[in-house]
Amino acid sequence: MLRTFKIGGIHPCDNKLSKSSSIEVFPLPAKVVIPLSQHIGAPASPVVAKGDKVKVGTLIATAAGFVSSNIHSSVSGTVAAVDMVPDTAGIRKMSVTINVGGDEWEESIDRSDILVKECNLSSKEIIDKIAAAGIVGMGGATFPTQVKLSVPPGKKAEYLIINGVECEPYLTSDHRVMLEKAEQVMVGVDILCKALDVKKAYIGIENNKPDAIAHMSKVAAAYPHITVVPLKVQYPQGGEKQLIDAVINRQVPSGGLPIDVGAVVQNVGTALAVYEAVQKNKPLFERVVTVTGKNLPTPKNFLVRIGTPVSALLAQCGGVPENTGKIINGGPMMGRAIANIEGTITKGSSGILTMEEKEAVRGEESPCIRCSKCVSVCPMGLEPYLLCVMSKKGLFAEMEEHKPTDCIECGSCAYTCPAHIPLLDFIRIGKGEVMKIIRSRK
Amino acid sequence: MNETLLFTILTLCVLGVLAALILYFVAQKFKVYEDPRIDEVEKMLPGANCGGCGFPGCRGMADALVKSENIDALYCPVGGSNTMKGIAAFLGKEAAEKEPQVAVIRCSGSCDKRPKTNVYNGAKRCSIAASLYSGETGCSFGCLGFGDCELACSFGAIKINPVTGLPEVDEEKCTACGACVKACPKMIIELRKKGVKNRRVFVSCVNKDKGAVTRKACSVGCIGCGKCVKTCPFGAITLENNLAYIDPAKCKLCRKCVAECPTGAIHEVNFPPRPPKAAAETGEGVKPAAPKTDKPQAASPKASVETVKPVEEKLVEKEKPVRNVEPVSETETVKTQPAEKEDQVKTQE
Amino acid sequence: MDKKLVVSPSPHIHSSVSTPRLMSDVIIALIPAFIVSVIFYGFSSVIVTAIAVVSCLLAEYLIQRFILKGKNTLMDYSAAVTGVLLAFNLPATIPWWIIVIGSVVAIGVGKMSFGGLGRNPFNPALVGRVFLLISFPVQMTSFTLPNSVDATSGATPLSFVKQALAKGESLSEIMPNFNSFDLFLGDKGGSLGEIAAGALLLGFVYLLWRKVITWHIPVYILGTMFIFSGILWMVDPEQFVNPLFQILTGGAILGAVYMATDYVTSPMNPKGMLIYGVGIGVITILIRVWGAYPEGISFAILIMNAVVPLINKYTRPRRFGIVKSK
Repeated sequence: MLRTFKIGGIHPCDNKLSKSSSIEVFPLPAKVVIPLSQHIGAPASPVVAKGDKVKVGTLIATAAGFVSSNIHSSVSGTVAAVDMVPDTAGIRKMSVTINVGGDEWEESIDRSDILVKECNLSSKEIIDKIAAAGIVGMGGATFPTQVKLSVPPGKKAEYLIINGVECEPYLTSDHRVMLEKAEQVMVGVDILCKALDVKKAYIGIENNKPDAIAHMSKVAAAYPHITVVPLKVQYPQGGEKQLIDAVINRQVPSGGLPIDVGAVVQNVGTALAVYEAVQKNKPLFERVVTVTGKNLPTPKNFLVRIGTPVSALLAQCGGVPENTGKIINGGPMMGRAIANIEGTITKGSSGILTMEEKEAVRGEESPCIRCSKCVSVCPMGLEPYLLCVMSKKGLFAEMEEHKPTDCIECGSCAYTCPAHIPLLDFIRIGKGEVMKIIRSRK
Repeated sequence: MNETLLFTILTLCVLGVLAALILYFVAQKFKVYEDPRIDEVEKMLPGANCGGCGFPGCRGMADALVKSENIDALYCPVGGSNTMKGIAAFLGKEAAEKEPQVAVIRCSGSCDKRPKTNVYNGAKRCSIAASLYSGETGCSFGCLGFGDCELACSFGAIKINPVTGLPEVDEEKCTACGACVKACPKMIIELRKKGVKNRRVFVSCVNKDKGAVTRKACSVGCIGCGKCVKTCPFGAITLENNLAYIDPAKCKLCRKCVAECPTGAIHEVNFPPRPPKAAAETGEGVKPAAPKTDKPQAASPKASVETVKPVEEKLVEKEKPVRNVEPVSETETVKTQPAEKEDQVKTQE
Repeated sequence: MDKKLVVSPSPHIHSSVSTPRLMSDVIIALIPAFIVSVIFYGFSSVIVTAIAVVSCLLAEYLIQRFILKGKNTLMDYSAAVTGVLLAFNLPATIPWWIIVIGSVVAIGVGKMSFGGLGRNPFNPALVGRVFLLISFPVQMTSFTLPNSVDATSGATPLSFVKQALAKGESLSEIMPNFNSFDLFLGDKGGSLGEIAAGALLLGFVYLLWRKVITWHIPVYILGTMFIFSGILWMVDPEQFVNPLFQILTGGAILGAVYMATDYVTSPMNPKGMLIYGVGIGVITILIRVWGAYPEGISFAILIMNAVVPLINKYTRPRRFGIVKSK
């Protein structure tokens, strides 16, 4: 019996169309637009100005606060502008636009393919290096990694859990990373263990990726403290709390953090970035992005420089098909719909997904038949139907006791609702309002 | 039989008296003293429980009015100054004077002025769409048109016009409680003083993008050109972040800026139509200048389309002197009949 | 690209489940039992079902159109399900006009008066059935014995036992009249849908497979009935019938699987379902053993339906992170 999380969960068709196409290096675009807030927390403050020459890996913005992240140039060339540019959602964000000229890297970056296993740095040095490289959670949450690794005083991390679940349908970037960069990921995990001073690391991989499980297990055999844990396929297993429940059978208390149960969760992509940052001095300026969709002629996985426009990626896969109704940045369950395809890839973009017109439009809403399917699929054990009604009516004060703040916005409720009620749309609003109430009380 | 009946009745009576006694003593023991004036004040308040005063309802407001020494900070926007004066007199306190206000919509990007660039398919709430992305049009500041303001209004004073996709305020019903201002995630709605004879001049746009970006997204947006700032004889207009703002305290309602604005983003409300005389006197055949007169009531869609037409004409004629510094009071009769005024505007065109 | 992209909040995919699909699955699950009723009662069962379904659909359409003035809701099939379930609760010989009255009450009073699908506190089909049972007790309880040529009115096993017990006969004399296998197949007196325990269970398996319902409510109800009547049976096997007989007769399975699990009128979380199921089981046996009616599951379900809002208010699903980790 394979392990999985205990409450709720759904089984959407996984549609991993691009799982067998290996990672291709995406050609350099003519210009990149790098937003200064690609992470949770304060936007970084720019340190370059129009006309400055930059190289690949040059620091262009520094973290502005504790929860923030450094940002590096992903190309070499000239800074064309530092101003407001609309991102994929059409929201104007402070961004650095760089015109690409050549491909000159910072000298400090080790571009060789040699695997460097040895790491004799102290925990603090590792975390400082990770912070300097601007690494954030690459699973999509984009939480600055150095913050997650800084265990608050009084708490102790016991386990490091590496998220190789990739429970979102369609996406295969983590899958490909595990197949093609397993060695590097493993060194990254080892370094993360050192940074956290933990004795045990688990890599959770869902059972729909048997090749990845086999390969990672083989590589992990050389590391006695790293174990690969195959997991039963179930969405949202990639959720931090769900993964901890599945792998070490501990439930993060409501309102708490993983560290409260002695766990720290990192994505495989993050582990790879950590390896590259610590061993190769390479800051985070490129990532693996899945470009996929049922109507796309050739779904692919690309190694893309941050700041490449979405339209360029789609063009490389044969252009946007005529019958495309929606393009999504991320997976179909939690990704954000793209309103502006000139918006660019950021540190958190794990995939670009095209959807056909017939799939793109939601079903017509009908009355709630109180089937309680939303209650049974909610991985947090909440009552989505109730939260939705309360949020619709604006009963935010009454809503608090029903814990909308625990909602992880996985979308299982809206996915499963036979009446096509936009449950999550309303719960999100309620969650925000309840957060405001809680904050105002402090 | 009779005995049974008697016994039953007696038992019930005794029980009733007993219960009454218990209730009486309990009520005495747990009695909470409440200032009777609170009830009185609550009656004087409008009773809409809209929350415009910042309290959960009229009762809360009444409580605060009675209990606080200084009621300067308390104001019932629905009842207005008269109600406040009445209450202050009743309580023997000083009431704060406030000018009556009304909600104004600072966006005029209707469907035909602001082309859609994508289709929103989520739950039809502005709050949800706003938290997701920039909106269906190229303008990320403008009205989303899903009617959160309409839902928030307890007076039925604000309605989304299905033709323009924009909300319209019914000045008669609007109490300036501010519920719509709070509900609008784009902060488009502003409470402005009602003004002399309900006349107001304001910038009907909140777009802070650069002029070119704004222009591309919307034909009636403020492009931040600053012409109005230069024109205003009273220094009432400020330009910040590519957006003009008219300070209602300084504005003397001269309407020079309205004529000057190249995109027609500045609106005048409840003014009489500009007299054709003015045009005749300047000798250059000015059209009845820029009647972007927002109708106080929901204007018919046809009228609203027509009224913005002269934008281009105005562009050409912008050098002309605008003559009406002090709006004439000749149209007192017209003002009371807004419907008639609309007709006049149309016929003049 | 000149085409406008669709933008909506996540999730961007949806399971294929929809209200009409769930309702049509319930109808499909009832087909085996319908076939059994046709085998035993012949063409009249087709007629009864047809009248009930058509009049339910018509009632819903007319009320929606002329009173509520809403859009047409026939296509969610919920009225059709109500019609089939109502028909399954009627004897095959019932006059057509009683069926029509039952359907109008079921849809009009039981459902639409509360605002339509999703708002009704009571199962509409049961409201119709109980209304008819009280208004037309004779017609509602005269059952033709299956396969009897002369079409004499007979009695359901439950009422037969109840009458015999009332006459002072002991169960060891009565019970040899019944064979559990016949009861399982449906060879017994009763309303259209209640006779075929086996076919109903087949439908139950289908519903579970299609994930239309969960096992909780039916298992809680039947389990409670089994345990409760089993205790009584062990106390005095001459006075109380054995638990298997209790489950196989009457509308126990029909009620537990198809009526008590009605989404709208059942609790929203597993804990609530336990309270609800046990409540129905206990009340059913209480009515059957000590009540005036031989059969009690309809009343039991309606009584528990009334408690559902309360159950929903006081039971919560198992929350993540509330249980302290070991």
